[in-house]
Amino acid sequence: MKGVSARRRATDRTMLTFLVLAVLLALVPLASILVEVILKGIGAIHGLSFFTQPPPGDANASGGGLANAIIGTLTMVALAAVVFIPLGILGAVYLTEFASGNRLSRAVRFFAEVMTGVPSIMVGVFAYSILVVLVFHHFSAIAGAFALGLIMWPIVLRTSEEMLSRVPTSVREASLALGTPKWRTVLKVVLPSAAAGLTTGSMLAVARAAGETAPLLFTALGSQYISFKLAQPMSALPLEIFSGAQSPFPDQIQRAWAGALTLIALVLVLTLVARFVAAKRSV
Amino acid sequence: MAASFEISNLSAWYGKRLAIEDISLSVEPNQVTALIGPSGSGKSTLVRCLNRLHELLPGARAEGKVILDGENIYDDAVDAVSVRRAVGMVFQRPNPFPTMSILDNTIAGFKLNGRKPKAELQEIVERALTAAGLWDEVKDRLSAAATSLSGGQQQRLCIARAIAVQPEILLMDEPCSALDPVATLRIEDLIMELRERYTIVLVTHNMQQAARVADRTAFLLGELAGDPGRLIEIGPTKKIFTQPEDKRTEGYITGRFG
Amino acid sequence: MLGASALLLALALMVVRFLQLSWPVWKAHGLGWIVGTHWAPAEGIFGALPFIVGTVVTSVIALVIGTPIALGTALFVSEIAPAKIRRPISDLIDLLAAVPSVIYGLWGIIVVLPLLQPVEQFLADSLGRFIPIFAGPPSGTSFFAAGVVLAIMIVPTISAVTREVFVTVPQDVREAAFALGATRWEMIRYGVLPPAQAGIVGAVILGLGRALGETVAVLLLIGQIPSISKSIFSGGYSMASVIANEFGQSQEPLHLQALIAIGLVLFVVTVLMNIFARLLVGRAKA
Repeated sequence: MKGVSARRRATDRTMLTFLVLAVLLALVPLASILVEVILKGIGAIHGLSFFTQPPPGDANASGGGLANAIIGTLTMVALAAVVFIPLGILGAVYLTEFASGNRLSRAVRFFAEVMTGVPSIMVGVFAYSILVVLVFHHFSAIAGAFALGLIMWPIVLRTSEEMLSRVPTSVREASLALGTPKWRTVLKVVLPSAAAGLTTGSMLAVARAAGETAPLLFTALGSQYISFKLAQPMSALPLEIFSGAQSPFPDQIQRAWAGALTLIALVLVLTLVARFVAAKRSV
Repeated sequence: MAASFEISNLSAWYGKRLAIEDISLSVEPNQVTALIGPSGSGKSTLVRCLNRLHELLPGARAEGKVILDGENIYDDAVDAVSVRRAVGMVFQRPNPFPTMSILDNTIAGFKLNGRKPKAELQEIVERALTAAGLWDEVKDRLSAAATSLSGGQQQRLCIARAIAVQPEILLMDEPCSALDPVATLRIEDLIMELRERYTIVLVTHNMQQAARVADRTAFLLGELAGDPGRLIEIGPTKKIFTQPEDKRTEGYITGRFG
Repeated sequence: MLGASALLLALALMVVRFLQLSWPVWKAHGLGWIVGTHWAPAEGIFGALPFIVGTVVTSVIALVIGTPIALGTALFVSEIAPAKIRRPISDLIDLLAAVPSVIYGLWGIIVVLPLLQPVEQFLADSLGRFIPIFAGPPSGTSFFAAGVVLAIMIVPTISAVTREVFVTVPQDVREAAFALGATRWEMIRYGVLPPAQAGIVGAVILGLGRALGETVAVLLLIGQIPSISKSIFSGGYSMASVIANEFGQSQEPLHLQALIAIGLVLFVVTVLMNIFARLLVGRAKA
């Protein structure tokens, strides 16, 4: 029996080593980011005041917190979610239940994917061009939420559409054959059957939107103050991290790390819970 | 309660493709009428036209007359939803609602339509599950998920679900095709019992099954590949299986094709 | 109905608004300003080339570094890894996509820049003497720094899509290759990669789209210098980052319009690339 030549074996071993190396090269940055953010972030959160205080008026001063940004992120993401998650799910319901297979539904499905690839900065410019230029004539939390919503929308639509199309036709027919009108079938049978999947998709979209900076730059703009006024500028965690990263002041950089820890915790918890829900669902 | 169908000149399409052509036959009350024929002969399409489920598929439509209780269910004035309430259906594969318990599945016909029979609830559930031969097996775990049942039990639950709303006619589209022989026998026994109270249309690809349970049998055939299914003949089951009038029926039941 | 077609409407409306708001620029300068090399908003001179070059250079660096890593991870997960660790590893790589880009930027500035300094110095001292694109002196924030961090950011995109494509390669192909006495690498090289080719190209273009549009991480790392330099170790600017940085500060209407015009170019390019890539990946998976 002829063995594998030494050269072929060497190539094989080299390439397999490269594949392992590639995995390490991808995972080392992840580990580094998590470790740095956790260590630097924990070091920078001095007690509860971080979550209850706005930053000090002087960026160079120590103390204070990012309550303005935490409230801003939660407010704008919630506002965006309340409007655009239902819009995305409704769109998906229309595609799978009322227009499956026709040309419009194929186009929407395709362009929803394309829309997820639109640079988020341009989503921000678009929101600016509508809500800032045409409606409010100044920056506002509503404009920020609108931009975040436009980011969530195609993600929710696309994932929901996939989840709804996994509900077996036979389940729909069982309901229809009992004399249930189509809209009740959708509401009482199809949506509950896909509930876990819809939750997963929506949470991933929320996680993605919560981490976005660029769409907020000229919509929500940012604010030093704790504000609940939707028609006024509002801060957000990514905005504060962004300013901190460009700041010459150590205290502001500290607050940026603390903000990064808060943001990454929020985003990762959402992402992991979403995956957990998805994994449990696999019936 | 048991009703009859008077089907005349019924044709159905999937998009441009004609699936069944010009079918006329009657379904007698308190009888089991079996529809047999090779795959592609339009048995399932025909039965799905009888509760107007066929037209829900994209591009599908049907033409002709189906008289139920003296009324043509394809009449413009008739609402398809009310037809489906009067005509129960059991499908090829058990399809209980995955998010509902055994109890909720049984009364799904009420719940989904916002009709809550609170007072007689217990009675309806017990009656339907008993009629479906499932009561003794599930009475202690009515709140368990329907998906925890075996395939045969799930199919009997689907039968219970269909008869809980007391339909006038029960359509069964190859109800045993996904079941093992033991579960199949139980369903066949059940069909014979249900005949006392219901009119049943049974689609089956299994000729022995038709011979065992059906009072009358109709043979459908699309002669060449792609031909629409047509009714070749219908008659008492015994006659169809022993002295069919048409050569093609004889060919099919003796296994020469199909 | 509304929920679905409104999305198409929104995309169309974007193009309309961008075109509308940037119209004076196109009217005044035609297409020529796109290749203009000088950017001096205060003097009313708008040349977009420095930003286009910066976007292309950083994205190319990201692809050169990121693609092999992404393909390596995808192949490892789909072909080599024991079943038990497949899911955890692919989950971890997907997690890279969940990290917000501003955190990549912060981490890039504070952690990556100091680490890159000696690497840049070494490359500049060695290769830089013969090859102008590696010429020193390194400036800290640079095309290279932005490109390296971008590479990490696009790894999960390319990896996830190629993994999906590798999964669709039939198992018989692998078994046939082994039956012919192929080594594991030969099985990958001749069995898995050829049928996956179109899908890989599509995945790389999707990664490229992500790199072209990335804003804040690049902004923080690229140096914000609107000039075209030969070396990847010097500072520059990109299309998305100049919009992010100057949009809020622009006083002149024409400046704002020029920024939106740059955005329109970026938007059209990324959308077209996404369409092309989705078609490729869609066909590869079918």
